[in-house]
Amino acid sequence: MDLEEAKEFKDRCSQCAAVSWGLTDEGKYYCTSCHNVTERSREVINTGAIPNTKIQAINRGLKRKRKLEKGWDWYVCEGFQHILYQQAKALQTLGVGPELKNEVLHNFWKRYLQKSKQAYCKNPVYTSRRKTTVLEDNPSHSDWDSEPELLSDLSCPSFVESGAESQPDVHTQKPFPIIKASQSETASVCSGSLDGVEYSLRKEKGIVKMTVPRTLAFCYLSLLWQRETITLADLLRFVEEEHIPYINAFQHFPEEMKLYGRDKGIFAIESWPNYEDIYKKVIEVATVLDLPRFPDITEDCYLHPNILCMKYLMEVNLPDEMHDLTCHVVKVTGMGEVDFLTFDPIAKKAKAVKYDVQAVAVIVVVLKLLFLLDDNLEWSLSNIAEKYNEKNEEDKPWFDFRKWYQVMKKAVDEKKQKWEEARAKYLWKSEKPLYHSAIDRSVVYKRREMVVSLQKQFSTLVGSTPTVEKQSPSSFQFSWTEEGGDRPCFHGHSLQGVLKQKGQSLMTKNSLYWLSTQKFCKSYCKHVTTYEESNFSLSYQFILNLFSFLLRIKTSLLHEEVSLIEKRLFKAKYSTTKKKSSRSRKARKC
Amino acid sequence: MSDFSEELIRPTTEDEQGEPRAPSGTGMCFPWLQKHIETIATGGKQEKDFAQTTSACLSLIQEALLKHQWQRAAEYMHSYFQILEDSDSNKRQIAPEIIWRLGSEILYYHPKSSVETFNTFADRMKNIGVMNYLKISLQHALYLLHHGMLEDANRNLSQAETWRYGEKSSSQEVLINLIQAYKGLLQYYIWSKKKMELSQLDEDDYAYNTASQNMLNHSWKTSINLCALIQIPGVWDPFVKSYVEMLEFYGDQDGAREVLTNYAYDEKFPSNPNAHIYLYNFLKREKAPREKLISVLKILYQIVPSHKLMLEFHRLLRKSENEEHHKLGLEVLFGVLDFAGCTKNITAWKYLAKYLRQTLMGRHLAWVQEEWNSRKNWWPSFHFSYFRAKSDWKEDKALACEKALVAGLLLGKGCRYFRNISKQDHQVLKKKIKQIKKSVKKYSIVNPGL
Repeated sequence: MDLEEAKEFKDRCSQCAAVSWGLTDEGKYYCTSCHNVTERSREVINTGAIPNTKIQAINRGLKRKRKLEKGWDWYVCEGFQHILYQQAKALQTLGVGPELKNEVLHNFWKRYLQKSKQAYCKNPVYTSRRKTTVLEDNPSHSDWDSEPELLSDLSCPSFVESGAESQPDVHTQKPFPIIKASQSETASVCSGSLDGVEYSLRKEKGIVKMTVPRTLAFCYLSLLWQRETITLADLLRFVEEEHIPYINAFQHFPEEMKLYGRDKGIFAIESWPNYEDIYKKVIEVATVLDLPRFPDITEDCYLHPNILCMKYLMEVNLPDEMHDLTCHVVKVTGMGEVDFLTFDPIAKKAKAVKYDVQAVAVIVVVLKLLFLLDDNLEWSLSNIAEKYNEKNEEDKPWFDFRKWYQVMKKAVDEKKQKWEEARAKYLWKSEKPLYHSAIDRSVVYKRREMVVSLQKQFSTLVGSTPTVEKQSPSSFQFSWTEEGGDRPCFHGHSLQGVLKQKGQSLMTKNSLYWLSTQKFCKSYCKHVTTYEESNFSLSYQFILNLFSFLLRIKTSLLHEEVSLIEKRLFKAKYSTTKKKSSRSRKARKC
Repeated sequence: MSDFSEELIRPTTEDEQGEPRAPSGTGMCFPWLQKHIETIATGGKQEKDFAQTTSACLSLIQEALLKHQWQRAAEYMHSYFQILEDSDSNKRQIAPEIIWRLGSEILYYHPKSSVETFNTFADRMKNIGVMNYLKISLQHALYLLHHGMLEDANRNLSQAETWRYGEKSSSQEVLINLIQAYKGLLQYYIWSKKKMELSQLDEDDYAYNTASQNMLNHSWKTSINLCALIQIPGVWDPFVKSYVEMLEFYGDQDGAREVLTNYAYDEKFPSNPNAHIYLYNFLKREKAPREKLISVLKILYQIVPSHKLMLEFHRLLRKSENEEHHKLGLEVLFGVLDFAGCTKNITAWKYLAKYLRQTLMGRHLAWVQEEWNSRKNWWPSFHFSYFRAKSDWKEDKALACEKALVAGLLLGKGCRYFRNISKQDHQVLKKKIKQIKKSVKKYSIVNPGL
């Protein structure tokens, strides 16, 4: 590396704008202040310096030949392994125990490779698909375990970090004998990985191909197995807030793992994960992996509705006293039972509980029980509470729904606006652009350069404060302060205004109830109900919007969950409506 | 991007007066329809979050621009550049133009922006794709003109002028002409400055010769640059005006006349009142016969009946020997006063009062009635209300007198306006009001006997 020789290169560095260049061993310029390596190499700039034209010609010839970048040989599944590793590491920094990465996720992944016949089996899918005989005769096949230059252990750090004794295990992980795919030579269809082209063409039935969204299914399954305090909604929110690598996760691949061509379709992603989609994938992956019954979700687990309800009550600033009611609903409906809550993929109909959505739905049901939410009763109850609070300033204040609504509405609107603005500002494209083919390459790189330079120019016009400060990860999105001010806290407010003593027990003053769904859809369309916003009271709409924003889910999903809980709660009612289908919406609470 | 969003940006973009603007249909747009169509086009497939966030980003930029929040707009712009890397090639292709429009707007107004930043931005945007090179070059030059940097603008235009890319599409050809014409306009500017200098020099001065030579040089280059554009149908007022000025200066009256006649009468050109005004002024300078002048103004009268040249037109018609012209003269005056902007034009009223009286004296009652019939149900409240009479009298007594005469002639002496004015007691105007009363009594088209 000669700094003298690099002096004639005067361009500014595209990363840090410094003019301070050194030469790499390959003759490329790199920035000495930020170590950014340029695309330009020395001989292109200073051809005159090369005395022998022959050498020059050879140089050029070689260059042309190496249109496609050459890096390590690697397989698509190694790429996914790398992403999973990064995600697991990120989860660990979020406070998840190390067993998740080293044991659970590692095992799930091994099991996946085995089930999908990519490794840990006698006849891996690639060998069986291509000239099996040749490969079985291949001497390297028998001892690929000990081949040192295999890159899987170089490029993909193993999940287990415990040191030397686990190494043999890692070696068995090396998935396939190396066969250079001949397709990669053809110009238009190519990939940086060895099997990218083949991988994208695989369409056999029964095989769950690995995709970037499925990495999150793996993560969630391991979280669930470990009964960690992260729900699916939390996980996806952390992904969106970039605490967990997902979009452009391939950026963190080692430099030598080159991605292009078909790899783009496999690893590039232009959408954030969607709750329902990942939920489906969780079940799908668990079924394919043939996982046994998960550890029991008992009352002391975070995912138990009683604990989650408490958490969400705090999050949305509702009185602690409501917790008794949510517990009651959970008990009556049987949703707190271990068998109901525990995920069992081998059961006849594998069904995981949407713990977060369900807990929130329980709160919605309780709100309906207390306030009816018919755009009428909740306001008259608020009037009573307001009057009481005015008169008894010393006492514990009664919960005033109207006041709560005003505070929440403002807070949520602000949060939502910030969220939308942050999304609009999100930069999707990776620093390493992906291209489809060799022809594409220079154009793609030029485009990237252009965007970067334009961005740099405009960043000088932006105010001095960083525009999007990265939030520190938290399972809470709102915070409520005790003392009045802008964001008063309702946690300590009492429900006396809406409850009444009857004999030994407390009863809700409101004795009416309406069902979110009268009749469930029983056809084959798979959804149980629909949600047409305008058919419902404004308060109900507000509550649903509030909670679905918290969980970043569609309101219809929450509405469905509310309806399902009501179905359990009012079993009797549903069986009568079956007989007399034309009944009023209002049902008496038993 | 939908047409709608383009429309939103358009009104605020600067420096566009000289450009031809294609009429965009009926001018109606339905943003929701556009969105609807887009979802159909994607086959109901949910669009990626990338597409969603970038289009949200675009509307946030537009919102910020409308509210003049340049810094905020720049923040979003920073993120919007990634649309250039959109995997959808359609969007990628239209992106440069959108970015150019928004970005140049931001850089034009942003307090931290400078000519240098604008230049770098423009140079960068010119070279993304090929379709925008000329358009951006031209707008860049206009920006420089705005900042008084004539030489830079000229250099920019020269560069753009020589730019070629394969087969030029026809739209690009117009752009090249336009660029040349702007270059010509710049040269005209220098020329007319030289002309000013020359006029201050003595003809015997030594410097005079070189200066005039210099001027000649410029005019020759300019005429080449200008004449290509003005052959193409369009509205080219500043170009035509300067071109004609130069032709006239060098005594090429025929050439100038031809250019102006062509500009005014060629049917392929859009209807343009200025074209007729230029021609009229030219002919007036040339002392052309009255008939000729009348024929030019007749067309202008059809396009803009309220134009201030109409009073001059009236005078020409009045002086004409042709009876038809006399009738038209009356029509023109009525026409001018139909417009709200002319209601207080004292000359127009004076002419009308005088000419009405004259016409009625000449026993052309039918002409007057013809004009009056279409106006008699709205002029009284438009011009001759009681309120008007009071305010006119207060503001301008001479105007009130002229109007009173007209009102009296047209509506009879019972009309409010006339009555109000004639009742006024004023030392100086006493005589005049008396005359008005007399004229009304004698010539009013309303017969009090009936």
